[in-house]
Amino acid sequence: MEYFAPTQASEATALLKKEGAYVLAGGTDLLVKLKSRMLKPNVVIDLKALPKIKAIEKTTSGWWIGAATPCAEITEHEELTKEWPGVCEALGLIGSTQIQGRASLGGNLCNASPAADSVPAVIAANTICVIATENGEREDLVENIVLSPGVTSLKPGEFILGFKLPRSQGRSGDSYLRLIPRTEMDIAVVGVGVSLSLDKAGNLETIRVCLGAVAPRQVLLPDLQKTCIGKQPSEELVQTLVELARKACSPINDKRGTVDYRTTVAGVLTKRAFKIALERAQAK
Amino acid sequence: MNDMTQTNLQKDLKIVGTRPLRPDGADKVTGRALFGADKSLPNMLVGRVLRSPHAHAKIISIDTKAAEALPGVKAVITSKDFQDLPSEFVPAGEMMVNFKDMTRNIMAREKVLYEGHTVAAVAAINDAIAEEAMALIKVEYELLPHVMDVEEAEKPNAPLLHDDMITIGVEPAPKKPSNVAKRVEFGFGDLDKGFKEADLIIEKKFSTQPVHQGYIEPHACLASVSEDGQGELWVTTQGPFVVRNFCSKILGMSTSQIRVTASEIGGGFGGKTVIYLEPLALALSRKACRPVKMVMSRQEVLMASGPTSGAKIWVKIGVKKDGRITAGDAVLKFQAGAFQGSPIGPGAMCAFAPYEMTNVRVVGYDIVVNRPKVAAYRAPGGPISEYAVESVMDEIAQKLNLDPLELRLKNAAKEGTQAPYGPKLGPIGMIETLEAAKAHPHYSAPLGPNQGRGVASGFWFNIGGETCTSININEDGTVGLTLGTPDIGGSRASMAMMAAEELGVPMSTIRPIIGDTSSLGFNFLTGGSRVTFSSGMAVVESVREIIVELRKRAAQLWDVSIEKVEWVSGHARLVGSENPKSLSLRELAEAAGKTGGPIVGGASINATGAGPSLATHIVDVEVDPETGRTTVLRYTAIQDAGKAIHPSYVEGQMQGGAVQGIGWALNEEYVYDDNGKLLNPGFLDYRVPVCSDVPMIDTVIVEVPNPKHPYGVRGVGETPIVPPLAAVSNAVSRATNIRFNELPLSPPRVLAAIESR
Ligand SMILES: Cc1cc2nc3c(=O)[nH]c(=O)nc-3n(C[C@H](O)[C@H](O)[C@H](O)COP(=O)(O)OP(=O)(O)OC[C@H]3O[C@@H](n4cnc5c(N)ncnc54)[C@H](O)[C@@H]3O)c2cc1C
Repeated sequence: MEYFAPTQASEATALLKKEGAYVLAGGTDLLVKLKSRMLKPNVVIDLKALPKIKAIEKTTSGWWIGAATPCAEITEHEELTKEWPGVCEALGLIGSTQIQGRASLGGNLCNASPAADSVPAVIAANTICVIATENGEREDLVENIVLSPGVTSLKPGEFILGFKLPRSQGRSGDSYLRLIPRTEMDIAVVGVGVSLSLDKAGNLETIRVCLGAVAPRQVLLPDLQKTCIGKQPSEELVQTLVELARKACSPINDKRGTVDYRTTVAGVLTKRAFKIALERAQAK
Repeated sequence: MNDMTQTNLQKDLKIVGTRPLRPDGADKVTGRALFGADKSLPNMLVGRVLRSPHAHAKIISIDTKAAEALPGVKAVITSKDFQDLPSEFVPAGEMMVNFKDMTRNIMAREKVLYEGHTVAAVAAINDAIAEEAMALIKVEYELLPHVMDVEEAEKPNAPLLHDDMITIGVEPAPKKPSNVAKRVEFGFGDLDKGFKEADLIIEKKFSTQPVHQGYIEPHACLASVSEDGQGELWVTTQGPFVVRNFCSKILGMSTSQIRVTASEIGGGFGGKTVIYLEPLALALSRKACRPVKMVMSRQEVLMASGPTSGAKIWVKIGVKKDGRITAGDAVLKFQAGAFQGSPIGPGAMCAFAPYEMTNVRVVGYDIVVNRPKVAAYRAPGGPISEYAVESVMDEIAQKLNLDPLELRLKNAAKEGTQAPYGPKLGPIGMIETLEAAKAHPHYSAPLGPNQGRGVASGFWFNIGGETCTSININEDGTVGLTLGTPDIGGSRASMAMMAAEELGVPMSTIRPIIGDTSSLGFNFLTGGSRVTFSSGMAVVESVREIIVELRKRAAQLWDVSIEKVEWVSGHARLVGSENPKSLSLRELAEAAGKTGGPIVGGASINATGAGPSLATHIVDVEVDPETGRTTVLRYTAIQDAGKAIHPSYVEGQMQGGAVQGIGWALNEEYVYDDNGKLLNPGFLDYRVPVCSDVPMIDTVIVEVPNPKHPYGVRGVGETPIVPPLAAVSNAVSRATNIRFNELPLSPPRVLAAIESR
């Protein structure tokens, strides 16, 4: 097994085309798989020496979060957590204090688990990822990256450089909730991210709701435009969201939960996450 | 020792009952302490185990030729390398083991009986080669249908695990073999009469899942057998002497050919009273003539080392309107795993033991299934049977509108009560723990919506057993104390404290160590909550003997008779002289050369008179009515310790037991697929509680001295895991207004019950 820590993205993309090559961010998924012999990489490409890969920067249109930035740095960023509390809370739920020092958003996304905690929150936040390719960079929406468990839409040689989180302006709020049987060190049975904004009258102006762990990939609730926009956030509307969430579920029975349980709880968490996001928006 | 006891209980104690730092503390917090996997030797090989991928199959053939031919492979072993052994039962902790089964469990012979069952082992110069070699071993299997549940396994047409298994304890003996290894029955009185007298009868079925002890340190050992057949074994174990004896039997070696040294131990809870890797490492080392280290992965620990039984339980209790129990009846069916030997005996014996019963019966069945063979787990059997009884008791309290503690007080066993398993009980602390629970502010604290409070009591016997220790007065008057029972819960501290108290010297002058099997006579293992009781007794006896020797030495120096010398506060004193002469321990040690040589002593006992320990736990939970998720809000564990030598370590035992019980009650379970393959062999999905899952566990130590121990000690290590299952289940039942009778109370199960309410 060879190890590289390139300082140029082009170097990394070239190395990544080798047989059995994997990129390494925090390693909290990769090393576990390596040690349990699920993966036998020939080449490991550590991304952490690349420029801006561990940076958090305020930009004109929002935020740049480097793909390998450890969760702990994100959740300790005062201004970012104020603007995107839901995204930061989701990242803050990953693992434990020790895991937080290493685990990254890029790794959480590209590990391509339907239960990844930060992914529903960043999808709800309408985040774009910047992808390094052989010919430079390209951009895509985060919701287009995960295809099925363990599979992403990234092409051979591609990896994620960072994320563009939009500016959260006006009366907007976001939230993320997950259900685990324990309090930490567990995998989400269901996760729900909500991001919304209100107009001057307090009606919904935008809303995005994304579910995790209830389908082979994260599910962005469709048709919210019709059902929600311009409406008062009433109990009736909440009920509509709950039903839409349950309808969008296509989970499996496994050691972590049953179909019925996941579907029911997806509705419950949607309701609760919506209320938190709403309160956050209304408080502004 | 009874006479000595009396004096001690009245004496002002200087050290016993205080909270000094433990002698092994610094090494543990700095990482210097050496655990099972921490030792290496020159030329050491790596040993690995090839395990069965099937839950039940006949082994047609095993071809190891290709593996043996692989460069770097130094030994390959299969069942051919072990002699077969006849059926013979021997005690191991509170359980029994059988050598015919043991040799088959450490290495499958005719059949594999569970996924993860060992079929071969390899020693190679490194892990990569060992792994390659395992892939080269060809095992041909003939698949057999498997059975995982006791009620399936006892059916006449169930797949049979052992075709020679005739149920023990049934008259006349059955003609046909079955999966039911044994039937036991305890009790007395007239059940029909008792139930006729009852105003209320509650009858219910319960089920519990097998749960793993969950020690953080996986099984690990380092074996080295020399060319002349002398074996050394470094191993994480609760019982080095027991390991030595098991291994010598399995390997056909003499006891003196194996020297076992117990490493520091990262948790055992009963699970490290048996052997898995040890005979394999010795056999590989013997074959390769090189040291062999073997370490299990967590996956191997969960797949192939012993959990405690899962069970199906039926309980029927009759009571008068005032709550007085008129009769109790129970049937217990325990999973034994692949080989007989579930804790059905102790489980049946203690089911109703917290109570004074006039009419009682408990029938138990030990049933084999295609799961790893169970091993002891804190109070083996007790949590399971008492969970069912304590759940019914809570329902009775609700139905009769009685306070659950009052109901228990009304029926509490006390000194002189005939226990359901036979003997009359000595002084015990059931009433005292209940009174302490009633008086605790926790019990009267207000509850919020969706919250419930559960209580439950628990009983455990505790044991004594064979023990010996040795003691040396060093040349400078400090003291070396050698113990034969591995320190799992702070026993080196407790032993040094008792020795210091007896000798009248500061605890810091006493250095307690755990000796290897060649430095002491036989010691039974650390288990059955026996160490502070039994090793404590042996330590006290050693010190009392050495005090006699010290007085003799002083008498010699003063040229008086020994009666003229008394021992006071670490000094020999001349009795009644006007000009009081005194010699310190140091002075006596320095003069030892002139008075007959080194001052050494020791004691060897078979400790009897262990006293049962009773506990009552209170727990508050909140159940999320929309998700079924339970949060433990507050927990108070109250227990009779007899006497807490080092209260912090007694509290630690109480807290640890409570947390393990909470895990058992709420989330821990093995998930198998239809083929009997384990789907959650890791701590991510086998959910023991993490720190943030539990509140600080509050503790109250009650002290009702055990008259048979010089300081009044009872065992404390096991009782604390008995009450939590029912306490938590009762709390969840009260929070939701639904009586639960299945564990674990995982969120999906609780939500399903809430939704169908
Ligand atoms: C004890 C423990 C607890 C955990 N708890 C949680 C939890 O609560 N919630 C949760 O969601 N996850 C959890 N995880 C999983 C893991 O920590 C997260 O998924 C984490 O975000 C992964 O980030 P990483 O930087 O460590 O990824 P790595 O392990 O470095 O990488 C993960 C995968 O993504 C690929 N990859 C990494 N970065 C990139 C990139 N920039 N571009 C393309 N591919 C990339 C790697 O090749 C690898 O396949 C836990 C893990 C452990 C060990």
